[in-house]
Amino acid sequence: MEFWVIQSFNGLSYGALLFLLASGLSLIFGVMRIVNLAHGSYFLLGGYVGLSTVWRTGSFPLALLAGGLAIALVGVAMERLFLQRLHGQVLGQVLMTMGFALIFQDLALLIWGGDPYSLPAPAWLVGSLRAGALVFPIYRLFVIAVAVAIAVALWLFLERTRAGAIIRAAVDDEEMARGVGINVAGVSMGVFGLGAFLAALGGVVGGAFIGVYPGSDFEILPYAFVVVIVGGLGSLQGAIVGSLLVGLLDNFGKALFPELSYFTLFAPMAVILALKPTGLFGRA
Amino acid sequence: MAGPSRRGGRGAVGLAAAAVLLAAAPPFLSAYALTLLTQALIYAIFAMSLDILLGYTGLPSLGHAAYFGTAAYTVALLATEYRAGFWTCLVAALAAAAVAGALFAPLAIRATGTYFLMITLALGMVVWGLAFRWVSVTKGDNGISGLERPTLGPWSFAGDAAFYYLTLAFFAGAAACLVLVVRSPFGMSLMGIRESEARMRSLGYNVWLHKYLAFVLAAAFGGLAGVLWAYYNGFVSPVEVQLVTSVEALLMVALGGSGTLVGPALGAGLIVFLKNFVSLYTKRWLLILGGVYICVILFAPGGIIGALRGWGALRGWAALRRWRPPGARAT
Repeated sequence: MEFWVIQSFNGLSYGALLFLLASGLSLIFGVMRIVNLAHGSYFLLGGYVGLSTVWRTGSFPLALLAGGLAIALVGVAMERLFLQRLHGQVLGQVLMTMGFALIFQDLALLIWGGDPYSLPAPAWLVGSLRAGALVFPIYRLFVIAVAVAIAVALWLFLERTRAGAIIRAAVDDEEMARGVGINVAGVSMGVFGLGAFLAALGGVVGGAFIGVYPGSDFEILPYAFVVVIVGGLGSLQGAIVGSLLVGLLDNFGKALFPELSYFTLFAPMAVILALKPTGLFGRA
Repeated sequence: MAGPSRRGGRGAVGLAAAAVLLAAAPPFLSAYALTLLTQALIYAIFAMSLDILLGYTGLPSLGHAAYFGTAAYTVALLATEYRAGFWTCLVAALAAAAVAGALFAPLAIRATGTYFLMITLALGMVVWGLAFRWVSVTKGDNGISGLERPTLGPWSFAGDAAFYYLTLAFFAGAAACLVLVVRSPFGMSLMGIRESEARMRSLGYNVWLHKYLAFVLAAAFGGLAGVLWAYYNGFVSPVEVQLVTSVEALLMVALGGSGTLVGPALGAGLIVFLKNFVSLYTKRWLLILGGVYICVILFAPGGIIGALRGWGALRGWAALRRWRPPGARAT
């Protein structure tokens, strides 16, 4: 019983971290049809910028802000200066984001070196809560809280504001949106910035959770892709359900069948795709 | 645009010249250059096999390393655990790659465009996950080492020059097969599917079956490259199956020019040489490689072959009159 509760909790908190990454990836895909292979790089760079901020200022909230905003700017620049020139060229855009991923990986190595770091969490997030025989680390509870807050904020933003309605219009029918006078290029840039911001936030939050180290970009990227593929591209509900599913599957897979833990993650995804090629909440 | 017969004639002359050059090259090359050329030929097979999907059928696969890796691991396992000979390994590995393709194809070809990209990416990850985590079979991150180059009858292919010729023979065979495929009615139907699936369907073609066969064929030839790579390297690791390998193959095709077979082979050669030469001079080769990728996509969308065709069109007086100095890009 204890095993199941603790593993579920761990899966939930990992899923929460994945949600930060996958929601941005899903949004970018939904609006722009870009398969962004540099999304893991935003996570990595966000973690490193957060780390440097904590080293300089000692402030964790400042690290969240600095990491998120710096990488949002990187994302906007990438979209505006490079990706927009390839509008509609699916493959060209994918390959270009891969080029950026390689550049970011090497730049991070150049600036921060090859040593793995752990981002120091603030004192008020260290320690754990006890409930009988069960122990819940406070930091993992914090990660879950952040993800829930972001999910609610995103939902309110997309469903209840004018800007959200514009984004939904651009997701549903780009041509029609353009026709009624929506500046789709501007929306794309904003969404790319938002996606990069969320991923970088995940990097800072994850920095005190799984660490900041070279290679984490390509380690976490497949997880983010499984989330959006299972959940359905461009859907917020899909990103939420997908993150939870992947977090739980990954945790139980690792605990129960350590040898086949990736297989237990990817095989259900293949089954879902076989039944529903656009994912659980995706539209054709 | 030149007529098919003229192009075919020029192509044959070019191929013959390339074959002579490649066959005569080893005595004139350093040991290092020879190993690079071997690598380039192996990746050329890989890139050509991917182009059957990407360039000819219009299916951008982001998981082609899965078949390369499946074959490479099959060879490594059979040769080190069971002491299997070259031909057994080759046949088993090609079969394994083709079976992987045959299993994945029904999932993948239901989708097109970006969804096809995503699904093939995910399927590639399944194979990578197995290679990485199924430690009792694949030895995980450590990979499988101790693979020896084959001996066939009285001939040993352990030496670099001998192995180069073995690779060259397989490259020539694969290239000939693929040329026959793309020139056959089947190959024409693939190009038709690339241009308009709906039109092919209304003409009575079984589009699903053609795509399926193209997928399995590409997987099998990708597997052949994996077999040669396993023997060349003597070592197989999850790196061979990872996403970066699949993307690299796509870039080789894009760099050379998709929709041709010569283009991907040229692109493969260029990327292999570039990677190795840049890493000789600087530790920052990933940075440079990434920059090259971006420049290729931005400035040479048709690849080398596309650029050559554009250059060819410049010849002749009428074309010369339209010529603009470099920098002023034609629309």
